[in-house]
Amino acid sequence: MKILVPIKQVVTLDEDFEFTPDNRDVDHDFHIYDLNEWDDYSLEEALLIKESNDSPIEIIVCTVGNEYADESLRKCLAKGADRAIRVWSNELKNTDSIGIARIIAHIARREEPQLILTGVQSSDFAHSTTGVATAGILGWPYAAVVNRFEPDHDFTKASILRELEGGLEEAMNIDLPAVITIQVGINKPRYASLRGIKQAQSIPIEEATPDSLGMIDSEIGESGSASIIKKMFIPEKLSTAIIIEGTPAQQASKLAKIINDFKGV
Amino acid sequence: MSGTLIIAEHRQGELCQATLETITSAIKSHTPDIRVVVIGKQIEPFIEAVRIEGILEVIAIRTSSNDFDPDLYAVTLTMLINSYHPELILLPHTVNTIGYAAAVAADQRLGFATDVFDFSISNGIVTAIRSGYGQKVNVELGFPENRPVCLTLRPNIWKPLQANKAGIVIEIHPPVYSARCRHETYLEPKSSGDIDIPGAAFILSIGRGVADEKNVEEFLELADSLGATLGCSRPIADNGWLPKARQVGQSGKTASNCKLYIAMGISGSVQHLAGMKHVENIVAINTDREASIFNYARYGIVADMFEIAEELRNQFPE
Repeated sequence: MKILVPIKQVVTLDEDFEFTPDNRDVDHDFHIYDLNEWDDYSLEEALLIKESNDSPIEIIVCTVGNEYADESLRKCLAKGADRAIRVWSNELKNTDSIGIARIIAHIARREEPQLILTGVQSSDFAHSTTGVATAGILGWPYAAVVNRFEPDHDFTKASILRELEGGLEEAMNIDLPAVITIQVGINKPRYASLRGIKQAQSIPIEEATPDSLGMIDSEIGESGSASIIKKMFIPEKLSTAIIIEGTPAQQASKLAKIINDFKGV
Repeated sequence: MSGTLIIAEHRQGELCQATLETITSAIKSHTPDIRVVVIGKQIEPFIEAVRIEGILEVIAIRTSSNDFDPDLYAVTLTMLINSYHPELILLPHTVNTIGYAAAVAADQRLGFATDVFDFSISNGIVTAIRSGYGQKVNVELGFPENRPVCLTLRPNIWKPLQANKAGIVIEIHPPVYSARCRHETYLEPKSSGDIDIPGAAFILSIGRGVADEKNVEEFLELADSLGATLGCSRPIADNGWLPKARQVGQSGKTASNCKLYIAMGISGSVQHLAGMKHVENIVAINTDREASIFNYARYGIVADMFEIAEELRNQFPE
């Protein structure tokens, strides 16, 4: 049995950054890369399922991105994923999260996993789209924002909890195979061991293309996407906070005054 | 292709506030022919609540249950897209919408964007604005031509208008479908004991900046000596460093009665802001001058939270 774990290598920006000349992105020189926090939890959930099952389970991580994304795939391999697939070609520039879902759906058709676990959202763009969109394309059941996942012994159904607004949770029962989007806090992601990191270096990362996955033109890149970035710009400052300057002692004394004013002291 | 479709959302007998905000956004943006869809069993109160001046009609779809079912909502939306051919579909950006909208968007090849906080439609061309790169930038989005565009809208942006029996109500049969993800029950949040974030007038809140579980205690003590209730952002509760009852934000508590909110080491995610950005006096303390919390604060202190905490303790001994 296989579990597919699609991951994203997310971007945080340098403190000072510049847009590309066409203003449609931030210049990649100012990108700092890391594995998406939510995907750390979905990988951990897959590892926990594998460890608590008697029958062998293969965990496949996949991502869409250029060779920079190998770093995040290696991190997953070091933690215990069995195999990694990275899909890229230049046609995939300007692919949005729905377009990414079309690629993951092709990987799923080829690999036929019993379960797809992915993060609720990415920390950089927070679309909350890819997992549920993948299910829509595959015609699979799906559940979003899951903070407990308990499959039946024969893996045909699972009991889940969804985290709703205001701390409320919803217990549901879902047919498998399914796509589950995992909320942070569902488990405690492990750190990779030194041995794991070493071993991961020797596992080859499969490099796939839309072509090798059998995708057709209308599914690829902008054609397969549901939105196009026209431009990016710096948000207008909503309120201009009064910045309290000075040494920490001076700043704290002003803060103390604010607190005392509030208390009417 | 014309008209606007809005799917109402409700839970445990309450209409979701973000639904009213979504309808209001459509009215204020002058989107064409607004139809609001209400799905469920006991839906009379929801039908009346969405009849805001400016809507064309309410589409009532009576089903056997009031609970959210992703397949029911997805199949119903698909059915309505194919019978009404709307140019715009507006949904509140909530946990339930996250739980089905993208499946329909991908399958029906809609234009699609989530967590949108501003949009316009002119001559059938939709433009939407959302955040990117951890809210450091805004992104203006366009959509493929000749396709309906579905936007999920960020809550707490549009101030809801009141219903006044506007529009007409029509009934439509629910679609035939098989439920693959079935509601069982709701689990209420664990009792919060004497921790009362919604009732607190003065909250001192800590975030990732606290760095380690062993550092939490000093902020409990500090809050105590200031006479504040200690709150926290999500990662602190997720790590189990503080109980969930102290978590401020979308999946936690709302600081409903707060008059002074001091955010220490909190960058200000959309989810955290949802629970506190309405507070009149927000003081943000963060080492990152660009942290989005400063956009919502009345006062900002660019400094290490531990240094400020230490100096504050000197100001408020005992």
